[in-house]
Amino acid sequence: MYLDKSIRELHELLKKGEITSDDLVREAISKSHEVSDKYNAFVTILDDVKETEVTNELLSGIPFGVKDNYSTKDVLSTGSSNTLSNYVPFFTASVVQNLFDKGAVMVNKTALDEFGMGGTGTTCHTGAVLNPWSKKRMCAGSSAGSACAVAAGVYPYALGSDTGDSIRKPAAYCGIVGYKPTYGMLSRYGLFPFASSLDHCGVLTRSVEDAAIVVDAMKGQDRNDMTSWDSSKINLEKALTGNVDNIKLFYIKELVDLNNYPHATDELKKHLENFEKTLDIAKKLGIKVDAVSIDNDLLNALPAVYVILSCAEATSNMSNLTGIIFGPRGNSKQITEMMMEHRTKGFSPLIKRRFVIGSYILQKENQERYFKNAQRVRRLIVDKIKELFKEYDGLILPVSSGPAKLFEQADDVIDENTNVLEEHLQIANFGGFPSITIPNGFVNNLPVGVNITGNCYDDEKVLNIAYALEAQMPYKNQIAKEVE
Amino acid sequence: MKEQVAVIGLEMHCELKSNSKVFSFARNAYDETPNVNIAPLDMAFPGTLPVVNKKCVEDALKMSMILNCSQPKYMYFDRKNYYYPDLPKGYQITQMSEPVGINGKIEIEVEGKLVPVEIHDIHLEEDSASLDHYFDTSTIDYNRAGVPLLELVTEPCLHNASEAVAFLEHIRDVYRYCGISEADTKKGQIRCDVNVSIKDIDAKELGTRVEIKNVNSFSGVRDAINYEIKRQTELKKQGRYDEVSQDTRRWDEEKMETVHMRSKVDAIDYKYFVEPNIPKYKISKEWLEELRRQIPRLHLERKYDYINNYGLSAYDAGILVKEKDIADYFEECLKLKIDAKVASNWITTQILGYLNKEGLSINDIFINPKRLKDLVDLINDGTISSKQAKEIFMKAMEEKQEIKTYVSSDNAQLSDRDELIKIIDDIISNSPNQVEQYKAGRTNLFDYFVGQVMKNTRGKANPVLTKEILNEKLNN
Repeated sequence: MYLDKSIRELHELLKKGEITSDDLVREAISKSHEVSDKYNAFVTILDDVKETEVTNELLSGIPFGVKDNYSTKDVLSTGSSNTLSNYVPFFTASVVQNLFDKGAVMVNKTALDEFGMGGTGTTCHTGAVLNPWSKKRMCAGSSAGSACAVAAGVYPYALGSDTGDSIRKPAAYCGIVGYKPTYGMLSRYGLFPFASSLDHCGVLTRSVEDAAIVVDAMKGQDRNDMTSWDSSKINLEKALTGNVDNIKLFYIKELVDLNNYPHATDELKKHLENFEKTLDIAKKLGIKVDAVSIDNDLLNALPAVYVILSCAEATSNMSNLTGIIFGPRGNSKQITEMMMEHRTKGFSPLIKRRFVIGSYILQKENQERYFKNAQRVRRLIVDKIKELFKEYDGLILPVSSGPAKLFEQADDVIDENTNVLEEHLQIANFGGFPSITIPNGFVNNLPVGVNITGNCYDDEKVLNIAYALEAQMPYKNQIAKEVE
Repeated sequence: MKEQVAVIGLEMHCELKSNSKVFSFARNAYDETPNVNIAPLDMAFPGTLPVVNKKCVEDALKMSMILNCSQPKYMYFDRKNYYYPDLPKGYQITQMSEPVGINGKIEIEVEGKLVPVEIHDIHLEEDSASLDHYFDTSTIDYNRAGVPLLELVTEPCLHNASEAVAFLEHIRDVYRYCGISEADTKKGQIRCDVNVSIKDIDAKELGTRVEIKNVNSFSGVRDAINYEIKRQTELKKQGRYDEVSQDTRRWDEEKMETVHMRSKVDAIDYKYFVEPNIPKYKISKEWLEELRRQIPRLHLERKYDYINNYGLSAYDAGILVKEKDIADYFEECLKLKIDAKVASNWITTQILGYLNKEGLSINDIFINPKRLKDLVDLINDGTISSKQAKEIFMKAMEEKQEIKTYVSSDNAQLSDRDELIKIIDDIISNSPNQVEQYKAGRTNLFDYFVGQVMKNTRGKANPVLTKEILNEKLNN
């Protein structure tokens, strides 16, 4: 058993010759089957994958997983959707290729909410992904399979994507680290789009250091993605000094004040108390932490703005899924009927509902009222947070309103009061901000997480703050064990 | 019924010349073999992203400036969403909110008169795939998907088919002059939509607008406009003008008529929004100035320059400016101080004749302006006759030798006065009868003497000098 170790530990073992890349690959494959049987985390397991040469690259010879909405050459890439159930791409996403170039070994493709549109991990065409801490609970989504596999110790890292919180929420529910860098630091070329202006690539790991190492290897300006930028001066791993002198964080008072939740559950109470403890740890480290108030109207607009913008872009982005060029073709002689059948059969009801919303919003007569207004509110929210980033190095908040939810809760409308607490991670997608979730304790034996978000291009700072906090808590490199 | 006037607006789509497509790295070239010039983006494979071709943007900005449009502060694109088998992404990347040019105005020449045309906008977008329909199947060729297109939209300001066609020809010539497009209708590089309405001559309000889609030749545009004006006028005459509905029609080239496609009620909502994968970027003044410097002097300006400042006829000037390379050749001749009319004559007769016969371009021929200058100089200083010059021209074209190599002692023009006098004296003394008759009034015998001189010198006698001497001898 080696794959519960950190990347650096594995690299040293490989360099010393105590283990081989083949040992790790075989272990990852066998662990993948185990996790697949237990938690249904994968779309594809690459049984025949070969070891790679161990070089001075930290990632060489080490297995990893890729969310199934990344295009991978010659390997089935479904986006966890029936519309692409047979799609084998002929090109590899740039960030995955960057990892291949450094000798990393992809051992499986992980399940997700169909095309990343969902926060439960239950809408994958291969079925729901179960939480490795409790099979009764969801991993959250959409990077459910990646979070599950990393938490279960299949490999030290897996790629995710994050449009609203799709890396950072599952990371919290699975007791691991989830990091999405500043928009454009990682190329999106080869990532199946959900909402292009909000989509981010990122990674799920069990430590901040591993997240830094992996993103260092993935990043780089890409001529295939015009929104990517030159990050060659950024070295995330080197930035992890643990020195947090003069760092100032803020949290949004309204979101963590228990008085604002008259119907608070026991879980929520414990979760917020636990967050207070994390703030105390930060303060002990010398970090200044302030409570800041933000206009409630602005906060309450978050979920609606997200739904409007993401559905609108998604409707357009997924118009290429017609079954004519790729994907299972509809049975008809008439092309419109062919497309209709492909899309009717292929998409889950959840996605279809979002398409209807997206189309409605983009209609000429509704654009101004919904789409344009949502864009304006997005700008107001981002401007407000950016203004605070002039004074503060980052925003710290608890992730979600507690630990992983039970499957039976999935369809329930959660306490409306906690709506914004559930959705605030979207702020980082609106602004393209670097954002990282780390585990900060347990509520009823289940892991919970805390999130740190900073200003654009401040990835080094954000990761270093998370690194300093992580060092003061005993959750680094934790592996999931079933507790109920 | 009052006299009717037509109001016409045009939408002209033109494919641009470039190495790669407007948003992908696939080659932008016509190919008989389907689906060879394609990149993953052109077939909308999941995860592909558009990357803007800078050359296409620059060409679009140049056209915007040529049309005297105003340019936006930022360059960005919009998505036009609709489902069609020739549109693999399910949307076309185009420009709706901030086109590369708006509110332009240019002058075109229609039957010798200058006519102003107002430009609504010009925008850069991508072409769709091409469909071929067979008995019970259709095939899709993605070679054309993503080819850069400029769409130019005029205001409804044209009044008849001649103006419309003159406008299209004018713009086609501009595209060619700037090297932005081959603008060849035969290759399907230009496609037009035409809007036609009619109204009473004194009416301020426009009539009901009918749109005719996808007219693919200039003659088609002419015929479609004339047909539509006639159709609408007939209906109005019969009191059935309400039957002219605001509809979209197509031009049936075989039947020579417009055919109803869809009515306004069925109009598609394209759900435009800004393309998120292409970041907005600033169009700086410096960049625009740099591009403006690259725009060549255009044909109409040159034509009037040649007429007004060099005394050429409108006809000759028109021929010279038809192609930029020819106009450039002519201007190079002017720089070398060849007389404008002489240069024009050489180009419009000898050179263009040769080019047509050989199927060559003016830049490929051996007699460049410098060599033409050598040739013309020899005529001017009387070394050769213009007849000889034409012979030398042809020889030099074929043999590719410098002009001077063809001017030797045995073909040089005989311009030595004393020698000519000697020859002429001999001829006069040997033709006493003719001299007598000439002096008696048969002045047309003058040509006989010229002929004799030419015969004696095997055509090399300088004709001007010959005539001068003959004049002196016979008339004194």
